Amino acid sequence: MSDAAWISSTLSSARPQAVGALLRYFRDLDRAEEAFQDACLRALRTWPDKGPPRDPVAWLIMVGRNAGIDQVRRNSRLTPLPDEAALSDLEDAEPDLAERLDGADYRDDILRLMFICCHPELPPTQQIALALRIVSGLTVSQIARAFLVSESAMEQRITRAKARIASAGTSFETPDPVQRSERLGAVAAMTYLIFNEGYSAGPGDGRAGLCDEALRLARLLLRLFQVEPEIMGLTALMLLQHSRAAARHSAEGEVILLDDQDRALWNRQMIAEGLALIDKALRHARPGPYQIQAAIAALHARAATPADTEWAQIDRLYANLERLQPSPVVTLNRAVATSRIQGPEAALEMILPLEPRLSSYFYFHGLMGSLLLQLNRPAEARVAFDKAISLAGSLADADHIRRQIDRLTAAPADA
Amino acid sequence: MLYAIFCYNQEDVTTAWSPEHDARIMTDLKKVEDRLSAAGRLGPVARLLPTTAATTLRKGDTPLVIDGPFAETREQLLGFYVVDCPDLDGALEVARDLAVANPGLGAYEIRPLQIFRPGGDVGSLG
Repeated sequence: MSDAAWISSTLSSARPQAVGALLRYFRDLDRAEEAFQDACLRALRTWPDKGPPRDPVAWLIMVGRNAGIDQVRRNSRLTPLPDEAALSDLEDAEPDLAERLDGADYRDDILRLMFICCHPELPPTQQIALALRIVSGLTVSQIARAFLVSESAMEQRITRAKARIASAGTSFETPDPVQRSERLGAVAAMTYLIFNEGYSAGPGDGRAGLCDEALRLARLLLRLFQVEPEIMGLTALMLLQHSRAAARHSAEGEVILLDDQDRALWNRQMIAEGLALIDKALRHARPGPYQIQAAIAALHARAATPADTEWAQIDRLYANLERLQPSPVVTLNRAVATSRIQGPEAALEMILPLEPRLSSYFYFHGLMGSLLLQLNRPAEARVAFDKAISLAGSLADADHIRRQIDRLTAAPADA
Repeated sequence: MLYAIFCYNQEDVTTAWSPEHDARIMTDLKKVEDRLSAAGRLGPVARLLPTTAATTLRKGDTPLVIDGPFAETREQLLGFYVVDCPDLDGALEVARDLAVANPGLGAYEIRPLQIFRPGGDVGSLG
């Protein structure tokens, strides 16, 4: 790898840890970000000549902290700090720093940094934008492109979100186990939100890269919390879903359903890692929603052909998920499995009561249409498909329904 | 003499490589492997899944199963097996058998493989 590429990937992977530590130190997000920025600039200047430091993250925190203090002192006209040459050689400072950086502090720093993005007052899109900016370090223009808004609109959105979390205040105390687990839950949900934003994007959409970003965050969480089965489950779930990325759309951008996908295009390495993680998680016998969803995805991944899919097991897993996390969307998903075991009639009965709550949900009308089609009730299927199209979130989704309607009109109702 | 060469790097960096970058590195490494293989010098090659996929069986009267990689610095890497197992429980069973055969201190880290090429170039030793 070239110097420049090595430095840039090191800086971006050091970011959550370094900004998190600087935030704890300065207790001010803007100052922490600025200090990290300063440290990165110095790294770009000095690393190519002097070679990378032994512990790049510790170097960035130290240099960032001094840059931040320097700024404060300059503002108050106090004595400056040692010059850069002294700072870039951390031989003396490192043992002391290493001691402080060792241990659980880091974990709580990163968790805090991610957690402040999950403030419940922030709408999901702002949580995502903020996390991508603060934790992942994407530029405002990259985020703006992903969300198809102007750079100034995104800048404004992020500034507003930051103001809101600043006024809400952040706790800098070391969290107790209950708080830590609450934070972890919120951060996991936000990470999955980022993943889904990418997953629901059509091919060529700027948001598609968000799946990789979410995976990076999940791996980070998993390294910090190695014995949390739900974090293993979350990472496994995202790996298993993302493993199908190359098979989910045709060259023309049309949606290809699971049954019709070319399984040779599934990413075997992601599947292997996802299966290894869900294996590890299930050994804990502490099931949770991510683990169950990952276990469902694992059954699909393990089936060599659609006919090999163990629908009965999938149905049972969905039943568990319904108990653990009752939601009409879960029941809707379960209905797909039910339709494979008991037929479309049973599945239709299952989803009809969901209509009031899911009347504006694309997938509800899509499934309704397809079940009605299987039951040879084309007129009602047509109505459901029309509704689905009006609610489609992407062109690819709408096209997929349109093709089902085409099939419907190609075969006369009484045939 | 046969030598094993262990590969170390920062996992948070390597797992964040783009698929293209990863593929390029693998292709370049493969060229080195191919040269060795053509000379009949290459044994098995493996790429491990990240340490987050690792489980460790710590030896003892009742062997302890721990999430995560082997992290003890007082003990050194002394050897390895590659075993085909249906799942993690299967691999743990093998590790338990090994721990019975070789009781006392130490641990067995179980790491699923991402890439494996058995390589038949070199003869057996020992």
